[in-house]
Amino acid sequence: MQFGGRRKKNSINPQSELYGQHLQFYGQPPLENISLSEFETFAVERLKLLKTVENLGVSHVKLTDLYISKLEKELKALNFPYRPDADDKKSQSGPTEYEKRRKDHISHFILRLAYCQTEDLRRWFIQQEVDLFRFRFNDLDPKQQLEFLHKNNLRYDTISSEEKLKLKDQLINSSFGVSGITVMEHEFYKVPFQDALDLVRLRKVYLKQGYAYIPHQDIVTIVLNDFRTRLSKALALTARSLPAVHSDERLQPLLNHLSHAYVGQDYSIQKNVGKISLDQIDSLSGKSFPLCMRQLHQSLRENHHLRHGGRMQYGLFLKGIGLSLEQALQFWKMEFIRGKVDADKFDKAYAYSIRHMFGKEGKRTDYTPYSCMKVILSNPPSQGDHHGCPFRHSDPELLKQKLQVYKVSPSGINQILELVKGMHYQLACQKYFELTHNIEDSSFSLNHPNQYFLESQKLLGGGKDIKREMDAPQRSQENAASKGSTATQEVAANTSQHLAEMTEDLDSFFQDA
Amino acid sequence: MPSSDYDPASLPDLLPLYYRRLFPFSQYYRWLSYGGVQKNYFQNREFSFTLKDDIYVRYQSFSTQNELEKEMQKMNPYKIDVGAVYSHRPSQHNTVKSGTFQALEKELVFDIDMTDYDDVRSCCSAADICSKCWTLMTIAIHILDRALRDDFGFQHRLWVYSGRRGVHCWVCDEAARKLSVAARSAVTEYLSLVKGGDETVKKVVLTEPIHPFISNSLDVVKEYFTQYALHDQDLMGSKESVEKVLALVPEDARSYLQQEFEKEKKPEKRWKLITTEAKRKQVGNFAHSFYIVLHIRTEGLVVLQSVSLKSTAKKGQYFEKEIMLQYCYPRLDANVSKGVNHLLKSPFSVHPKTGRISVPIDVSELDKFDPFSVPTISLICEELDRPRPGEEKEKLGDGKEKEDEKDAIEKRKIRDYKRTSLAKYIKYFDQFLDGMARSWKAERLRKSDLQKEF
Repeated sequence: MQFGGRRKKNSINPQSELYGQHLQFYGQPPLENISLSEFETFAVERLKLLKTVENLGVSHVKLTDLYISKLEKELKALNFPYRPDADDKKSQSGPTEYEKRRKDHISHFILRLAYCQTEDLRRWFIQQEVDLFRFRFNDLDPKQQLEFLHKNNLRYDTISSEEKLKLKDQLINSSFGVSGITVMEHEFYKVPFQDALDLVRLRKVYLKQGYAYIPHQDIVTIVLNDFRTRLSKALALTARSLPAVHSDERLQPLLNHLSHAYVGQDYSIQKNVGKISLDQIDSLSGKSFPLCMRQLHQSLRENHHLRHGGRMQYGLFLKGIGLSLEQALQFWKMEFIRGKVDADKFDKAYAYSIRHMFGKEGKRTDYTPYSCMKVILSNPPSQGDHHGCPFRHSDPELLKQKLQVYKVSPSGINQILELVKGMHYQLACQKYFELTHNIEDSSFSLNHPNQYFLESQKLLGGGKDIKREMDAPQRSQENAASKGSTATQEVAANTSQHLAEMTEDLDSFFQDA
Repeated sequence: MPSSDYDPASLPDLLPLYYRRLFPFSQYYRWLSYGGVQKNYFQNREFSFTLKDDIYVRYQSFSTQNELEKEMQKMNPYKIDVGAVYSHRPSQHNTVKSGTFQALEKELVFDIDMTDYDDVRSCCSAADICSKCWTLMTIAIHILDRALRDDFGFQHRLWVYSGRRGVHCWVCDEAARKLSVAARSAVTEYLSLVKGGDETVKKVVLTEPIHPFISNSLDVVKEYFTQYALHDQDLMGSKESVEKVLALVPEDARSYLQQEFEKEKKPEKRWKLITTEAKRKQVGNFAHSFYIVLHIRTEGLVVLQSVSLKSTAKKGQYFEKEIMLQYCYPRLDANVSKGVNHLLKSPFSVHPKTGRISVPIDVSELDKFDPFSVPTISLICEELDRPRPGEEKEKLGDGKEKEDEKDAIEKRKIRDYKRTSLAKYIKYFDQFLDGMARSWKAERLRKSDLQKEF
């Protein structure tokens, strides 16, 4: 369309042509030489940005005002391009718009190298990049959006006015913000439903014979889908060329460390295995378990059974607080045989999955306890289930009753329910922690049920050795990172010295987060 | 029906007979090779067997129909599960480098189990079913089958009775088999309306506007609701049941309805009170939003604003619909549908507890389908033993030459199942496969055309 006016004739420098727009589709990799220190700074800062994207996605509804303003602040603080209308001619203090766009471009490609190695890393990276892209695409005004589509050759089929007229009622009833008055003014795109999964999932789009009919305002979904698909393919390709990158001893340790940084503590390695005895669990569940685990424990005691989702969530938590495999088998068996399951059936049907949890069966993965995010976002409970996050998955009325039973003060309950209403489930849980432990302001940011447990034990003075366990995951993480680099350490002593400083910063950053 | 004669203890004796003479191997192989359009489709498919004493054998795979037959006749599995098509032969999964052995494709499957309805049926609980609650499965199939066909455009949907308390659906279209995990989970969520576990009272919440998929599903529920919910389940009868329903009604309407129910005992009239009350609220809300629109238009503000105001939906205004859906809408086991590598009980497998064969359900005759008349393994084996006139003669004439022998066995097997009550289910399965064969043909034509071009 008419974007020629804005486009300047600067074909002398292909790089600045690449950065003609605020937002990029990251089609072309950067081709310039950069210094090692710039490489590191770019990578670390983009990682910080993505980490913020992740955190905001959990504690806020995406694209609400608060989410937008916080993300904008972060983009600005880290010197990434954050305003679509920012003019590269006007130079403010700090880096120019061109430099920011270049940083955006290069840092994205560096993290591709670090995050292409395993399925888990790819998934995490894609998710954060997609969320970031969604935010930035929505920040464009409609004209800029069209311009972006043209520039990146993204074309989608629209439906004719006759078809629109024929499907008018269905289109109105399946698309938010489209009314009888406006339906004929909107463009509708017709794409295979596989290309608009986010809209299909939420039933925000009309489906007919395998095609989704998408109003123009939701075009971001198809663009995102394209973005996701291309990124996913690109990462798979990058993974193949990784050996070449890994032969560079300057980059390999850095990339390894970068990819280890995202997970944070996983509470999988425990030194106090066996230090908790089974008869302690009942009292611990009242004192130091987060509500989700307390609820699972209680229903296990009441029903002498938990369905798969509950066994996984609770079983891994217990493993995380220090139950050994033998204890776990004994614990589950003792409870199950009080119900409908006899000892024989337990050994056949349930013992396998418990050994599996401890990495003794199947593909022998040592499973890690679920984080809050995993509990909140994946596998919601259905009929007969007791797992999930009580703040997310319970009716407010029931939650209120439960909290009353657990003797939370009425004003405390109101504060919690307020947080739940605002969808701040982790904050609600933290509030519950503060109320049940009688402290004003807890000094940590809650993101893991096992963290809840450790913090609680720390406060209640539940043995100093548990406090020491707090450091264990951290240390192991450093070990993991350095393990990869030992081979090259002697060769590149200087680099690793420098690297150690940098990674320390990184560690402290993610431990705070 | 004589199916009640089945005794689980006799299963080890009956299974060899079933796998030797009755199991429809040729149709089964025809199904899972999908016309040979893709290479090694059958060969890379995972089967898993449950043997006597719950011994579970995963990652079985077979290169030919003959090999499958031989193995099943040797192992006599109590239960057969079908898994995904993998990148390599599942039987050799230990020999390939870890990480490269991956599930690539599988039918899109759905599993609906009656136990998931325990909070909304009063007739039975857990694994028990009766003709009353079976209506829930009928409703489920009607709703999902329509959506899979009309909304998602899938042509080849095989519905199968699980043998005990539920139904499965195998969507066999090529596009369905190729769906990613993300796509499967999106389809599943699109189809799921009832949400929340035991900690959630109100499991269905509708917001404005009501999506065409939901309206279509409600149309199905409405057909059955009066007979099923009001009469068979006596939803508006007992005090307990009424209380449960009223818990789903918004607070401001609850006490009014409670009072009215004191005077009115007839279930239909009581339900009528609920719907009238719901309609009254809806009309009220409509007038309200209409006012906002008009108001803004006269102020000369843009239309978009009025729309966004209008769509701040008031929860609970559709409570009569929400109740109907909570009580009748299909409850999917989402995890089964989402994973590509998830196993599901195979059609024509025997249910070890009931002895019933897992038979395909003809959706055009769905309302006549009665789970209690599905043949058990003991019934069909018994039918096989009943002598039939003319058979003896044929036996004498056969078996002269070795070449004919295999043919003859195949023919005899066909005759065998035709003499049992299994016949009509296999016939329906044949029709289903014929329908798919037409698509394979088209696909093969397209492929060979492409090749010619190069």
